[in-house]
Amino acid sequence: MAAAAWVCALVLLAGCGGPFPQSAVNPASDLATDLQKLFEGILWWAIGVFVLVEGALLVAIFRFRSGKGEDEERAEPRHLHGNTMLELAWTLAPALVLVFIAVPTMTTIWKVDRPTEDPNALIVEVTGHQWWWEFRYPESGVVTANELHIPVGRTVDFRLQSADVIHSFWFPRLAGKRDVIPGRENHLWFAADSVGRFTGQCAEFCGLSHALMKMEVVVSTPEDFQAWLEAQAQPAPALQAAAAQDTAADTVAVAPDSTLLRTVTEGQQMLMSKGCIACHRIDGTPAQGVLGPDLSHVGSRRTIAAGILENNHENLVRWMANPVAVKPGAKMPNLQLTDEELQTLAAYLGSLE
Amino acid sequence: MTSTTMAHDAAHGAHEHGTYSGGIMSWITTVDHKRIGVMYFVSAFVFFLVGGLEALLIRLQLGSPENTMISADLYNQLFTMHGTTMVFLALMPLSSAFFNFLIPLEIGARDVAFPRLNAFSFWVFLLGGLLLNASFLFGGAPDGGWFGYANLTSTTYSPGMRIDFWVFGLQVLGVSSIASALNFIVTIINLRAPGMKFMRMPPFTWMTLITSFLLILSFPAITIGLVMLMFDRTFGTGFFNPAMGGDVLLWQHLFWIFGHPEVYILILPAFGVISEVIPTFSRKTLFGYPFIIFSGILIAFLGFGVWAHHMFAVGLGPLANSVFSAATMLIAIPTGVKIFNWIATMWGGKLRLDTPLYFAIGFVAMFIIGGLSGIMHSSPPTDLQQTDTYFVVAHFHYVLFGGTVFALFAGAYYWFPKVTGRMLSETLGKLHFWIMLIGFNLTFFPMHFLGMEGMPRRTFTYQAGLGFDVMNLMATVGAFILGTSMLIFLWNVIRTLRKAPDAGRNPWAAPTLEWSLPSPPPHYNFRTIPEVHARDPLWHEQDADIDPEAGDVPEPHMPSPSLWPIGLAAAIILGAVGGLMQSLPVVLAGAALIIICLYGWAFQPLER
Repeated sequence: MAAAAWVCALVLLAGCGGPFPQSAVNPASDLATDLQKLFEGILWWAIGVFVLVEGALLVAIFRFRSGKGEDEERAEPRHLHGNTMLELAWTLAPALVLVFIAVPTMTTIWKVDRPTEDPNALIVEVTGHQWWWEFRYPESGVVTANELHIPVGRTVDFRLQSADVIHSFWFPRLAGKRDVIPGRENHLWFAADSVGRFTGQCAEFCGLSHALMKMEVVVSTPEDFQAWLEAQAQPAPALQAAAAQDTAADTVAVAPDSTLLRTVTEGQQMLMSKGCIACHRIDGTPAQGVLGPDLSHVGSRRTIAAGILENNHENLVRWMANPVAVKPGAKMPNLQLTDEELQTLAAYLGSLE
Repeated sequence: MTSTTMAHDAAHGAHEHGTYSGGIMSWITTVDHKRIGVMYFVSAFVFFLVGGLEALLIRLQLGSPENTMISADLYNQLFTMHGTTMVFLALMPLSSAFFNFLIPLEIGARDVAFPRLNAFSFWVFLLGGLLLNASFLFGGAPDGGWFGYANLTSTTYSPGMRIDFWVFGLQVLGVSSIASALNFIVTIINLRAPGMKFMRMPPFTWMTLITSFLLILSFPAITIGLVMLMFDRTFGTGFFNPAMGGDVLLWQHLFWIFGHPEVYILILPAFGVISEVIPTFSRKTLFGYPFIIFSGILIAFLGFGVWAHHMFAVGLGPLANSVFSAATMLIAIPTGVKIFNWIATMWGGKLRLDTPLYFAIGFVAMFIIGGLSGIMHSSPPTDLQQTDTYFVVAHFHYVLFGGTVFALFAGAYYWFPKVTGRMLSETLGKLHFWIMLIGFNLTFFPMHFLGMEGMPRRTFTYQAGLGFDVMNLMATVGAFILGTSMLIFLWNVIRTLRKAPDAGRNPWAAPTLEWSLPSPPPHYNFRTIPEVHARDPLWHEQDADIDPEAGDVPEPHMPSPSLWPIGLAAAIILGAVGGLMQSLPVVLAGAALIIICLYGWAFQPLER
C-alpha cells in the first residue's frame, strides 16, 4: 500500500503555505510553552505508535496476501482463536504508553488550570460581545476594544465574561482557549515572554459573524505599557488640544489651529445629532454609551470592526456607511449618513489617538 | 454451491421476485426487514450525498481567503446541516440499513421481533429527515451548529423557525432510533436460532446489540435537552437563560452525555462490519473473538463517562478535567485491543485482496490516525489549543469518514451480492477505493496543520496572511476528488443492477448464516431454521452443509403488509409540524391521528 508514502508526502506538503502568525505551535508565553511541550511529547508517542501499528498492518498485508494462482499451493490457514499472553501484552503496552502521557498531562493541568497566585498580576476584564471584544483594566479604569495591551514578563489575570452568547477567548501564540460564558466568570492567566503584536479570535461559534470576531494583543515593555495606560486614562490628545485652543481662543483671542478645532467641533456635533452617543463612549465628551466599543482612543488602534479592517479613513467611512456589508449581522445600525457626514465623522474618529 | 442447492433454488422459483417484486404500494406497506433495509440504505445514501454536496459548497467557500461566494448566513446553515445530516440522516441510518438487512439473517430468524415497528422506525426516519431539510424552503435551515449550543439557540439570538426545525426534527428522529433499538435488542436476545449462543453470535450482531443499548441509554439525554429548549423557545421558560437563573452549560452536559455515546453509536457498527470482513477475506477465524466483543462492551460503558472531554475549554476546574481526561485515555486501551486483533486475524491468513478487504484495511489504517489524534485531545492542556479548530475537524473525520464510512463501504461491497444476487465490479470497486483514499487524505490531513496554525472551525471565511490559503486549497481539491469517488460507486451499482444475477449463495466463502441462503434470500429467509453448533457455522464441519431451503417444508407464513406504520409516522410528523407552526389545532389533529393509527395498528390481524 502506498498509503504510508502518501501520508509522508502529505506531511511535507501540508506544512507549506506559511508564515503562520497565529500558530499554536510557536508559543510566546509561559502558558503556551507548557501546552506546546506537552503536545510535542504526546506527538512523539503518537508517531511511534503510528509507525509500529501501521507497519504491522503493512507487513501483514504484504506477507500474507495470496497471489495469482497461489490458491492451491498454500494450505488453508490455521484457525487461531486467540492467545491470552498476546492479548495481555497488547492490553498492557498501550496502558503503559498512556501512563507516559497521563502523568505530564496531570502535572500540566494542576499547574495551569488553577487561579494564579501571583500578587503582581495585572487584572484585565474581558467581555465578549457579538462580534467584538471589550477589555477593561479595573485598576486604572481604562477601557478599550479589540486591541489589548499587556506588558511583557508580567502575569496577566484575565476575568472573562459574556454580554450575550458563549464566545471563546483565544490568542493561539499566548494561550489555549477559554470559553467566555454568559452568567459566569471564567479565568485565564499567562505571562507573555516576547514583545510584539499577536492576533487572536473567537473560537466558539457565536452566530452570524463568528468568523469576523478577531482581536489583537500588543505585548510591550513595562515602560511602554505604562505610558500607553496613562495615555488611555485621559481623553485623546486631539480633544485636549482642541479644548485648550478653544479656551485660548475665548480668552486671548489668538488664531487657533482652525483645522483641528473644526474637525473636533464638527465631529462632536455630528456624534451628538446622529445618535452615536447612545452606544459609544468617548472620554472627555458627553458621549457615554456603553453598548458599543469604547471609542476614546479609536484612532490609535491598528484595526477597526474587531480586527477585520485596517484602521484608516477610507475603511472608517466604509464601515459607518453600512456596517452589515462589512460584518453580517453587526448590531451597529446603518445611520443613512451622507458622504459629507461620513467624511466628517471619519476624520474626527481618526483624530482620537 | 452444490448442484442440489441450485436445483432447489430453481424449484422454489426466482427468489428475486419473491423478495423485491411488487409496485410502489408493496414498498410502502412492507414489513419485510430486507426491503426495509434496502429502503434505509437508499434513503440514507441520498442524504449522504446531500450532506456531501453541502460539504462541497463549504469547501468551495473556503478554497480561497476572504471569498464571498457563499454568505455567512448560508454558510452557517450549510455547516449545521452538513453535521446534522451526516450524523442523523446518513451514518446512523446507513448502519440501520445493515442492522435491518443482516441481523435476522445472521442469527437465523425469519424477521425482526416487531416487523411493523421496524417499518415505523424507517418511515419516521425518512419523514423526519425530509422535515429537517424542508427548512431550506421555509426561511432557511437550522444555523446553530449540529451541537446547538445554548443560549445562541434562544429566540433572542435565533429568532424565526430555523432552530425549531432542528428541535422538532431531532426529537422525531429520536423516536425512530429508540423504536429501532428496542426492536433489535428484543430480536437479538429472543430470535436466535437453536445453538446460536451469545458467544457464537457474529461480531456484527454483537456490535448491533451494544449499539442498540447505547441508543436507548443516550437518546433520553438529548431528548430532555431538546424538550427544555422547545419549552424555552415556545413557552418562554428559562432553562438555558442566565438572565432567568438558567444555565447555558446545562445544555452542554445534556448534549454531550448523548453526544459522546453517539460517537460510539456511529463507530461500533463499523467495528462489527470489519470484524466480519477481515476474517472472511483472510480465510481465518477472528482472532481474539471474546476480546473484540468485550472491548466493544467496555468502550460502550466507558463512553458514558467521558462527555466532559468536549468541554475542556469551559473551565470546569482541574479536578473535573483530570478525571474526564483519565477516563478518556482509558478508552484507548480497548480500542487498541481491537486493532491488534484485526491485524492478528490477518497475520498468518491467506488474504484475498478483494474490494471489501481493501476498504476494511483502509478503515484500520485511517482509524489508527483518528485514534491517535484522539489521544492528543484527551489531554486537556493539549486540547485547549486543538478544540474548536480544524485539528478537531481532521480528527473526527478520520474517525467518522476514515473509520465509519470506509467500513460501511467495506460492508456494502461485501453484502451487495447477498442483497441483490449480483457481484459488483472489482475493477470499479478498487478504483473507487483508491480515489476515495487519496481524496480523503488530501482533504483532511492538511486540516491537522490548519488547526495547529490557528484556524478555528465554523468560520465562513479567513483572512489572507495567516498562512491558511494553501492548505485550504488542498482540502478543497481533495474534497472534489472524494466526491468523484462516490460517482464511481454509484456507476458501479447502477451497472451491476442491470446485469443478470451471478453471485450464488456464498461468493466469498464466508462463515456466517446469511451466506447459506439464496441471494437475495427469499422473503421468509429460512424455510427451515438451522441449528448452529459453532461460531463460524459455515466453516465448521458440523454446520458447513446447512441448507435452509432443503427438505419439503411448506413456505412459512409471514406478517401481512400494513399501512399503519407509515400512517403513524405521518401522524407524528403532523404533530411536529403543528409544534413548528405553534398551531394548537394542527398539534391536536396530529395527536388524534396518532391515536387512530395506534388503534388500527393494534387491531390489525398479523397474518391474513
